[in-house]
Amino acid sequence: MQDFGEAFFTAFSLLFSFDADLMEVIGLSLRVSLTALLVAGLIGLSIGALLAVTRFPGRGVALVVVNSMMGLPPVVVGLIIYMLLSNAGPLGFLGLLYTPTAMIIAQAVLILPIIAALSRQVIEDLHNEYADQFRSFCVPTGRMMAELLWDARYSLLTVMLAGLGRAMAEVGAVIIVGGNINHLTRVMTTTIALETSKGDLALALGLGVVLLTIALTINAAVMGLNATAKRQAYA
Amino acid sequence: MTTIKRITFGAAALALAVAAFQAPPAQADGKSIIVQSTTSTQNSGLYDYMLPIFEKKTGIKVNVVAVGTGQAIKNAQNCDGDVLLVHAKPAEEKFVNAGFGVKRSDVMYNDFIVVGPANDPAKVGGMKDAPKAFKMIAAANAIFASRGDNSGTHKKEVRLWKAAEVDIKKASGEWYRETGSGMGATLNAAVGMGAYALTDRATWISFKNKGTYKIQVEGDKQLFNQYGIILVNPKKCPKVKQAEAQTFIDWVLSKDGQDTIASYKLNGLQLFFPNGKSS
Repeated sequence: MQDFGEAFFTAFSLLFSFDADLMEVIGLSLRVSLTALLVAGLIGLSIGALLAVTRFPGRGVALVVVNSMMGLPPVVVGLIIYMLLSNAGPLGFLGLLYTPTAMIIAQAVLILPIIAALSRQVIEDLHNEYADQFRSFCVPTGRMMAELLWDARYSLLTVMLAGLGRAMAEVGAVIIVGGNINHLTRVMTTTIALETSKGDLALALGLGVVLLTIALTINAAVMGLNATAKRQAYA
Repeated sequence: MTTIKRITFGAAALALAVAAFQAPPAQADGKSIIVQSTTSTQNSGLYDYMLPIFEKKTGIKVNVVAVGTGQAIKNAQNCDGDVLLVHAKPAEEKFVNAGFGVKRSDVMYNDFIVVGPANDPAKVGGMKDAPKAFKMIAAANAIFASRGDNSGTHKKEVRLWKAAEVDIKKASGEWYRETGSGMGATLNAAVGMGAYALTDRATWISFKNKGTYKIQVEGDKQLFNQYGIILVNPKKCPKVKQAEAQTFIDWVLSKDGQDTIASYKLNGLQLFFPNGKSS
């Protein structure tokens, strides 16, 4: 199929033309997904750390629930958020439907379980190592969580990247709550869906390559920073 | 620096970075309306052509949510839009009669066509009589890709099968395949599996993944495709921006708006034919 070659050509000519519309779409994608990551990260890491260090009745059930929520279908999340934010729904008075904020909420809900579940595992493993020390110094729970979060930071960064990847890649949720409105709520994935439905497969795939390139850049940058930080920490 | 301080610092820095990143919305002060729309008007590029003209004239930004007609009507019933622009007259009239819309006006028309692979397994190429062609497709067990999504095009298709006296429920999953997706996705699927499909002409002309596909059936009166525009009823939905929405509807139906629609061409072909009457 010649579409593949054409797609790569389209992708690079798009990227280096710095097309204003494309830059706007990329900018909104980053803005929505990074904000969703920040929100989900703050809440998700707290939940993860709390689940890792505390023991309470029903904890096993909570873990199963959080773990299985990792498989939430984006389109279901989108539908639920739509029904909540719709003017016919309970939160309609906020006027958030078809805004970037609605998309941030949807993506945050989508990636929250991923961050909570994965960070819980990472922190719990570390907690098992530290348990004796914590016990002998009678470290309070809050302090324990903070220490563990800090010491597990490199692993948790990967957890955050997994969350960001899921947020940037999903289309089902944002297309419902955002409406794919030109110059307002159109992001990379919804543009790809739109171009596919127009039958412009080369352009759609080209945009996919652009999206991948952005993901690669972010991951490479984080890895680079990570390595530098580690070198300094252990030098 | 203690651990907690370090984490607080890190979080604060991150929050600051993202906050700085939050550009203010493009039209915080400007007026805007939401149009719940069918997809063909968007996929064909009509909105990209006509909306900037309207926005320049009035300063009202028109935000289009393009979904299937069925979903657009549902969204408008939930008060999630100010204007409805779709193409399923019976459903539109039902919407208005139920009090969700103020009044329905004709805007423009074009027609539906049946597209199919060049080898034309059901031998319907060049036919005019749509129900008869549908009957032949069914008789030949040729694959047919249906939207299956309650959209305007899907509703028209179901009526044509009824006229052809073919029981599609029985054939579902056999030669009759419901994609449950939009027009473009259904055309992609049809081209992929060598199926016939019913589509509006505007989407077809602007569609880029045609492969060997050709228009096989066209010209039947029953393939007429009328678009209508409706103001969502402010009595049911108090949040409707009545003044701005009415300005948009009035412009679409005005000579200026109608001329704009008529002047939109793709590959030298006119996609929509205005037949609105300003009141």
